[in-house]
Amino acid sequence: MDPLIELLRNNSNRSPKEIALSLGVAESEIAARIAAAEADGTILGYSAVVDRLKAGDRRVTALIEVRISPERDGGFDRLARRISKFDQVRDCFLMSGGYDLAVIVEGKDLLDVATFVSEKLSTLGGVLSTATRFELKAYKENGFLANGGGDEERLPVSP
Amino acid sequence: MEYDNKISNIIRDLPRSGIRDFFELVIGRTDVISLGVGEPDKPTPWPIREAVIRSLEKGQTSYTSNLGLESLRIAISEYVTKQFRTTYDPKTEILVTVGVSEALDIAFRAVLNPGDEVIYHEPCYVSYSPSIKMAYGVPVVVQTREENEFALMAADVEAAITPKTKVIALNFPTNPTGGIMPHEELAKIAALAVKHDLLVFTDEIYCELLYDGRQHKSIVEFPGMRERTILLHGFSKAFAMTGWRLGYACAPAPLREAMMKIHQYCMLCAPIMSQMAGLEALKMGASAYEEMRQSYEQRRNLIVSRLNGMGLHCFNPGGAFYVFPDIRSTGLTSKEFAIQLLEKKCVAVVPGSAFSSAGEGFVRCCYATAPDLIAKAMDLMEEFVNEVRPAK
Repeated sequence: MDPLIELLRNNSNRSPKEIALSLGVAESEIAARIAAAEADGTILGYSAVVDRLKAGDRRVTALIEVRISPERDGGFDRLARRISKFDQVRDCFLMSGGYDLAVIVEGKDLLDVATFVSEKLSTLGGVLSTATRFELKAYKENGFLANGGGDEERLPVSP
Repeated sequence: MEYDNKISNIIRDLPRSGIRDFFELVIGRTDVISLGVGEPDKPTPWPIREAVIRSLEKGQTSYTSNLGLESLRIAISEYVTKQFRTTYDPKTEILVTVGVSEALDIAFRAVLNPGDEVIYHEPCYVSYSPSIKMAYGVPVVVQTREENEFALMAADVEAAITPKTKVIALNFPTNPTGGIMPHEELAKIAALAVKHDLLVFTDEIYCELLYDGRQHKSIVEFPGMRERTILLHGFSKAFAMTGWRLGYACAPAPLREAMMKIHQYCMLCAPIMSQMAGLEALKMGASAYEEMRQSYEQRRNLIVSRLNGMGLHCFNPGGAFYVFPDIRSTGLTSKEFAIQLLEKKCVAVVPGSAFSSAGEGFVRCCYATAPDLIAKAMDLMEEFVNEVRPAK
């Protein structure tokens, strides 16, 4: 992978100047390469990874296992893209195994998610079945441990 | 009681580590960005920690062989073969120790008679000179210089050789400078060791942390060297295992056996938990540190650019995770620089003088620190340098 993209995947919050010095290229080149990656869709967007509990976010999240029937042209793509377009859907992946799509849905409460599943998702033509599993607690998200992950301490000065 | 005459002369006359003095100033402060550490900023990789938890659950808490677990010595032998293109017999030529520090100590004690001279290079890690003295040897310093990017020059070594010289001790990449050895200079030092029939101790603790696509070459790989070299290595730096205190020595059987005699009486064996951790670390191999190494390289680029940008000349070190900028343009001694930077800007660096008088005029900054903290520390250091630098 492009080291610039790898660096941004780990922390997108670093200044172009700092990135430029780290990678040993000109700041203007970094800015141009980031702009190009944004323009061609390599970089989809930026967001902070938040401990939702600490942020007071009381919304509920569910993983919905969806089985769908593939179509003659395009397989699962058309329906998967259609499902992805709902604002409630945070992530949508085609999976191997016992079901086809893993759909991560956020709603303001259980009823909200249930309504979305029963009225929007399961009624779509081609959706064969859904199984909804609610998230109870997040321990690690996007590579970051909740609660900072540990109490490891280093001495401030050592030989 | 008058304790002075109760303490041995050698220990009484040994100076305290300069690092300790500085440590006392920083300890307990929570507002400090520290570039003063000598270890990775991440804890030991989780698979290694997990393997040790599992071994504790299984009740693996006993002594091991004095030499260390046989499975670990076999793994070390394979790793060393790959890393240094030199093979050691796990049964007769490898000893697992409590860190490279112990290995170095018992290596000196195993070979030195009172008055034997050991040539080593400064600035260097704090324990070389004391370890030699505690083994009744005579430390003979060869300075490395900034103009050579702190590599050791064979001509300087040659000038230091006397009929009493018994050992040349090397540590490249070096703490605190980050200096590495050009292969041609290493070849010349190897030739000197052969010519004068000297032993060589090579402390390879930073050998995995090399940058700009460099390949490490140890002095043991040169002709005639394997028979006269004690290769010392450990898990602290590459595998982020400083607190486990695990190292090893590889040497021809008679030398390994001599070290073993001391080790069995003073240490018995390295802790089994640490040995289990080492076994798992070697199973992971480069996958345990390659990502960190790449990250260190980027951090090095960042810190070297920033230091030069603020007018503190700093060469681009090829290894380890330290930079050693020249702070003489500020008009301060390295101790004044470090103390004032700590007091005024809450950034901790280590005075170069803590690593011998050859380090005066420099400070050691460790870049095994999160990039955003490095950037912040550099902003603060730049402010500080602008405030203290004499007006032109």
